[in-house]
Amino acid sequence: MTLLELDDVSVTYRIASGEVPAVRGVSLSLDSGAALGVAGESGSGKSTLAMALLRLLPRDARVDGRILLGGEDVLAMKWGRLRAVRWAEASIVFQGAQHGLNPVRRIGEQIAEPMLVHGLAKPDQAGKRVAELLGQVGMPAWRAQSYPHELSGGQRQRVMIAMALACSPKLIIADEPTTALDVMVQAQVLTLIKELVAEHDISLIMISHDLSVLADVCGQLAVMYAGRVVEHGPSHEVFHDAKHPYSRALAAAFPTVGDPASRLAPKGLGGDPPDPMHLPSGCSFHPRCPIALEECSSLDVELWPAGDRRTAACVHVRAKEEAS
Amino acid sequence: MTETEAPAETVATDRRTLLEARDLRVEFASRGRRARAVDGVNLAVGEGEIVALVGESGCGKTTLARTLLGLERPTAGTVHFDGEPLKYGSKALKNYRKQVQLVLQDPTGSLNPRHTVYEAVAEGPRIHGLPDEEEIVNSALSRAGLRPPERFLLRYPHELSGGQRQRVVIAGALALNPKVLIADEPVASLDASVRGEILALMLKLRDELGLSALVVTHDLGLAWNIADRVAVMYLGRIVESGPVEQVLTAPRHPYTQALLSVLPESPERVVLTGEPPDPTRIPGGCRFHARCQVLASGKAAEAGVDARCRGELLDILPASAGAQAACYYADATG
Repeated sequence: MTLLELDDVSVTYRIASGEVPAVRGVSLSLDSGAALGVAGESGSGKSTLAMALLRLLPRDARVDGRILLGGEDVLAMKWGRLRAVRWAEASIVFQGAQHGLNPVRRIGEQIAEPMLVHGLAKPDQAGKRVAELLGQVGMPAWRAQSYPHELSGGQRQRVMIAMALACSPKLIIADEPTTALDVMVQAQVLTLIKELVAEHDISLIMISHDLSVLADVCGQLAVMYAGRVVEHGPSHEVFHDAKHPYSRALAAAFPTVGDPASRLAPKGLGGDPPDPMHLPSGCSFHPRCPIALEECSSLDVELWPAGDRRTAACVHVRAKEEAS
Repeated sequence: MTETEAPAETVATDRRTLLEARDLRVEFASRGRRARAVDGVNLAVGEGEIVALVGESGCGKTTLARTLLGLERPTAGTVHFDGEPLKYGSKALKNYRKQVQLVLQDPTGSLNPRHTVYEAVAEGPRIHGLPDEEEIVNSALSRAGLRPPERFLLRYPHELSGGQRQRVVIAGALALNPKVLIADEPVASLDASVRGEILALMLKLRDELGLSALVVTHDLGLAWNIADRVAVMYLGRIVESGPVEQVLTAPRHPYTQALLSVLPESPERVVLTGEPPDPTRIPGGCRFHARCQVLASGKAAEAGVDARCRGELLDILPASAGAQAACYYADATG
């Protein structure tokens, strides 16, 4: 069953000097219990897209297209309904757990807050539920009495995940949930997310610039560049056999230790991610593309079928498709 | 001290040793206790060699790097540069910093937003009163891959991308013609596609200028990408070191094994529980024993070393170029 469907979603920021297209016509869907990874660099629009899903963007952002969550149009929801949907239907785990928690309140209170606000628990039962949630994220119940500064980075991220789970949502959106964490703690948090998703039948959208992490947690992968999805498909196939040159570069940026091909040979892309105010003409990737053709500077390629359940927006993929 | 002293004359690598820590200790007062941030480290960086110092946050790797730069004074032990012990007089330190330069993690934070690229890169040469400032700046910028330099001279940091800013920081370090770069997480704050470019630049600087580097990082992929040798640090000590190919493909210390096992795509994960204990309470015996998966699984007991793991201090590893691990189990099982 489809839980979330994005149909031609665009987000445009209006600023003094004009309009900035941050997300440009993204269509994706997510089944119940499935995990989708959204990969991209800063400025690719991946975080803007995540915020748009729950209408968390500032007022100067305009969202076009359709976002259906459980069949309901998020963009058409009244304020009261939207408030109910946030936390209870879908919740977000942000990056940088340091800033997501109130430093002067005990973490137990903070985990209980969404439940109380949404009337999902009475004040006298909240403590029990908080203990249960802390248990689910692998923390002892007495930690409810702690303040954020008494916790390590990994523990704070666990608290954020406990908060996101508090109202038993159907969907969790995790925006770079492990970016600021150490490798070992990152592994702990990723294992936790995987278990929770599997055990509670929660759907997950995970956002990161690290393809290898996404491929590890998510079944499907969407790679974004300059506000568009440029490749989509089963994550291991996208990671190991990318069809779009940008996905290939992103996959190669994080080498596999032990792979002789990457030993003393770091791989990067020339140039820098484009400024959304001044997107290149044609395919927005063409100035950095190692295999760009002449036509790429004028031709804007849409997503083309690129094998079983796969799509990619590249003229080379289109050429292959047309040849077959 | 029951632990062995560093040999007086350490032949560290087949290359000539340029920068060296000898039995280095750095302690801080922390809430009324002593935090042993660096607790006995021998480490050498050879001429034209790139050494990766890896470990989790809190393991002491940044303190060790700062001490090698002369920003922190060791509690015991010495820093040697070019065979001479580092002197801490202001003039001696100023001279030292011409040879050993720091590249920080976050280029946005380490550049003054009100200084142009030219001013940022010219600061070092000015402090050291070098002649031909303009020429130095131009050549540093082009060596850092900002070409043609004239295009960048008058720009401000906010007009540059993250990758370009990091190149400006590197140019600032190169302007003094140093022999060693100490880079603390040089690509951690950069976008994935730019990361490879900056790492390639460091390799190129080594190949073309013979520059040595100590790269402090938590990223084993980075070590695989650019380093000749790797040293793994845990709770103030180097627990394993050696050539990258050896240490990262056939790790002998359980901690290194665990770090490698949690990389995406590795077959069997060893996710250590908990977080590194704090340096004010370094456990007795092997400092890793409380989290060690080999000890917990009973394999150390089978090899008959479990009592030593729990109770006997390990020797400090020498600054040797070969592969070595500070582990009773690894020693016992070969």
